[in-house]
Amino acid sequence: MKEYIIRLVYVEMLGHDASFGYIHAVKMIHDDSLLVKRTGYLAVTLFLNEDHDLIILIVNTIQKDLKSDNYLVVCAALNAVCKLINEETIPAVLPQIVELLAHPKEAVRKKAIMALHRFYQKSSSSVSHLVSNFRKRLCDNDPGVMGATLCPLFDLITNDVNSYKDLVISFVSILKQVAERRLPKAYDYHQMPAPFIQIKLLKILALLGSSDKQASENMYTVVGDIFRKCDSSSNIGNAVLYECICCVSSIYPNHKLLESAADAISRFLKSDSHNLKYMGIDALGRLIKISPEIAEQHQLAVIDCLEDPDDTLKRKTFELLYKMTKSTNVEVIVDRMIDYMNSINDNHYKTEIASRCVELAEQFAPSNQWFIQTMNKVFEHAGDLVNIKVAHNLMRLIAEGFGEDDDTADSQLRSSAVESYLHILGEPKLPSVFLQVICWVLGEYGTADGKYSASYITGKLCDVAEAYSNDETVKAYAVTALMKIYAFEIAAGRKVDMLPECHSLMEEFLASHSTDLQQRAYELQAVIGLDAHAVESILPSDASCEDIEVDKALSFLNDYIQESIEKGAQPYIPESERTGMLNISNFRNQDHHEASSHGLRFEAYELPKQTVQARIPPASLASTELVPVPEAMYPRESYQTTTVPSVSSDAASTELKLRLDGVQKRWGRQTHFPSTSTSNSTSLKTVNGITQVDGSNTANSRTRETYDSRKQVEISPEKQKLAASLFGGPSKTEKKSATGHKSSKPSSHMVKSHAPKSSMEVASEKTSVQQPPDLLDFGEPTVKSTAPSLDPFKDLEGLLEPTTQVSSAVNHSSTAAVTKSPDIMGLYTETTAGAHHKDSDILSGLSKPPMTNMVGGTTTMQVAQSSKGPNLKDSLEKDALVRQIGVTPSSQNPNLFKDILG
Amino acid sequence: MIKAVMVMNTQGKPRLAKFFDYLPVEKQQELIRRVFGVLCSRPENVSNFIEAESIFGPDSRLVYNHFATLYFVVVFDSSENQLAMLDLIQLLGQQTLERCFKNVCELDIVFNYSKIHTILDEIILGGQVLETRSTEIMRAVEEISKLEAATNAISFIPKSASSWLSR
Repeated sequence: MKEYIIRLVYVEMLGHDASFGYIHAVKMIHDDSLLVKRTGYLAVTLFLNEDHDLIILIVNTIQKDLKSDNYLVVCAALNAVCKLINEETIPAVLPQIVELLAHPKEAVRKKAIMALHRFYQKSSSSVSHLVSNFRKRLCDNDPGVMGATLCPLFDLITNDVNSYKDLVISFVSILKQVAERRLPKAYDYHQMPAPFIQIKLLKILALLGSSDKQASENMYTVVGDIFRKCDSSSNIGNAVLYECICCVSSIYPNHKLLESAADAISRFLKSDSHNLKYMGIDALGRLIKISPEIAEQHQLAVIDCLEDPDDTLKRKTFELLYKMTKSTNVEVIVDRMIDYMNSINDNHYKTEIASRCVELAEQFAPSNQWFIQTMNKVFEHAGDLVNIKVAHNLMRLIAEGFGEDDDTADSQLRSSAVESYLHILGEPKLPSVFLQVICWVLGEYGTADGKYSASYITGKLCDVAEAYSNDETVKAYAVTALMKIYAFEIAAGRKVDMLPECHSLMEEFLASHSTDLQQRAYELQAVIGLDAHAVESILPSDASCEDIEVDKALSFLNDYIQESIEKGAQPYIPESERTGMLNISNFRNQDHHEASSHGLRFEAYELPKQTVQARIPPASLASTELVPVPEAMYPRESYQTTTVPSVSSDAASTELKLRLDGVQKRWGRQTHFPSTSTSNSTSLKTVNGITQVDGSNTANSRTRETYDSRKQVEISPEKQKLAASLFGGPSKTEKKSATGHKSSKPSSHMVKSHAPKSSMEVASEKTSVQQPPDLLDFGEPTVKSTAPSLDPFKDLEGLLEPTTQVSSAVNHSSTAAVTKSPDIMGLYTETTAGAHHKDSDILSGLSKPPMTNMVGGTTTMQVAQSSKGPNLKDSLEKDALVRQIGVTPSSQNPNLFKDILG
Repeated sequence: MIKAVMVMNTQGKPRLAKFFDYLPVEKQQELIRRVFGVLCSRPENVSNFIEAESIFGPDSRLVYNHFATLYFVVVFDSSENQLAMLDLIQLLGQQTLERCFKNVCELDIVFNYSKIHTILDEIILGGQVLETRSTEIMRAVEEISKLEAATNAISFIPKSASSWLSR
């Protein structure tokens, strides 16, 4: 049987299924024969894991064996304990193991300590009261046991340095004794006294001494001794030396020790062995943090390592270079890195090196020109491996300039970027991310300096869209870039004549399966049909850095609400005043345990109280969708919400649950935002994130172009800081404040544009055409018209017409997509028009744009629902009920955010 | 801590694999294959260290050594010294096994599978280096085999008889 089990273990190691034999291994450990028992233990430790079902059959035997007289049985059981005892079964064996700490045999004591260490790793709470045992064992008579104790102590000290400071003296004296060969001869290894214990002790001292001058001073003598005594001819001697260097670089710096460390490093670097060179480079990387001048004398050695055929050594050297990059040497280092990046195939490492290049380039770029060229190279060679954020950062950089007030420098930068991109476009097979950047830059700045004609740029863009015809995201970027260029042309008063290939491309896209592409194509068509003034306001040139402000308070609705109330509508009851719901919402808040979330939600509900609102027009509802919810399921829900109010009331009641779903999830999401002030940018970023992740999620990716530049503005605070520190300009904040007043108009735009949209949605719902959720998002193109304008009223008038045009175009596109009958279509246009006029009334009272997205959306939806439903109370009750029935915000949302935002 | 010890031959066949954190069998196989892929792509006379993050996840290094037809591989995290791990391989591969088998070869490992595991258990326990004196290791192993032999002799007849009867 024993032989069979060993064969079985072997068979499993070779990769075959041996699970049928597990039970026999378990049976074997019950055997009396030591040989069989040990084999059984060996087999179970290799077969089973701590959560396996069979463990329950083993625990009893382990308990019995731990009490055995035969220390070999105890040892075998302890081996199994280390591997097989899980958190739940720790208490079952813990008392026996603690007893074993005082076992006469040192082998048993050692293993018992290891078992306790293992328990500590698995669940530190279960053995926290036993930590003092480790300290006691440190004074064990047997050096082997003492050495074993160092392992758990190392872990303990890593987690909590301060409570072990008192042990510094003991450790130092132990180390001293070891170094002075006070241990039995048997512990010598290659003429080194107990090197493994020395290494462990040095590691512990490094932890204890880091940034603690007093503790470090105790160590100086002994570390200096070891430096002197170490025999650098043997492998293990060098291991101890290396550990000394690590220790010296970690503790409070001492000049003398640093010198001997530098000596040791130079010996490492000069040696022929690759292993020692590797260790030398690694040690240099550690020491360089403390005394950067050391690197100078080893320059040549480092360069040699860089040329070495050994991959590991090369990588380590790049790591070192990365650490020692300064603005003076960044060009050389990054060039080297890129060269190396091109030469390897390992995607994991390629990604790492690319991100390091980007980081260094962002940090130390000597000139903008160089930066852009470097980024181009990185994208070209590792484009698909680079984080999309980097691409957006680059676009932002180009858009914003470098923060200096010097406009000419910025435009120079842009034109040089455009030029280099036009050049690069000639090369075959570029990564998608890079193409997106190219398209965006060409669209935004291709014609800005007048060097290239619009037709040349558009021709290039069409080429891109054709050459990469299976990449929807790139095509989408290209189409939008085309639209921008045409818009700039029209705005500049030049006549636009579309290239034939562009025409054919558009034809193709108009019939595209991707709703996103189709939408963009229709937008392009619509924009081309407009006059210069309208186009200028829709797509102002070089407005990519402007901020779009968001009216979180939905104040533009106030008038309308007032009006409705005067007509006798029910005022909105804030959630907090509704009984029954309060507890639930509180409960939810606890779930999210974010204090700021309270503030956010309350704000959303308190505002309507001031104005006591009631019915909300579908138009305003639609406006909540300005920022699409990134989760795939959300759009659907939210669209239904917007649709329902204008449909019959019974539909509203049947849809109640679903709608709440959407509402609650939105709330849930919202609560994760740290504060209201940041919520806009965050949500926008989310949009950004999702579009990056999933280009086919058209509903969301639609907004990408619109907000692209803005998103660049809002990428991430660290990056901003980085850029700011790089280029020293507070341009961002200035821009923000400057554009604050400009955004009054876009809001009117948005709401208006949503009027047709929502009615359209209603229509599609009525006809019960199974539309994909993406289609419902059509109203948004006009959102693009975030144009700076000083007088919202004047512009409103001017824009009224274009908007209708666009909206009709939108409607048209939807018909095309869904193939609805024309008479229904007529119906919609009517509704559209009606809603339209109403809205324009409301809108004239606007002061801020309505991007309150979720918060506002939920409020209005609630109200709309309660007033539209058959019975207000009824629906409120239902609302509460539905909330209780586990329609809680999905708890994975925070993770999702983390994922998306990095 | 040490994450895994592997011994494989130059054809990539695993001869010994011990993972100190549980991994499902398929995952183990995949790791062994990938490690072998990295090992055979390395030229002669280069360092014995490999950054293994792409195989084993963050914070993992790999040290290997090549004896005769066998690769000895140790995978560990940053709390261990790489040179020391190289010596550990030396200790396991050259000193202890040499003492055990006299002129160790691949077949010795295949046929003395449980003995190798016993030795390994003496050196490494729960991912920590426990014992580095090869004399001590040998003594423990010999003691075990002696005792095993003794108990085996005593229990041999009744054991086989009982199993024979129970059939």
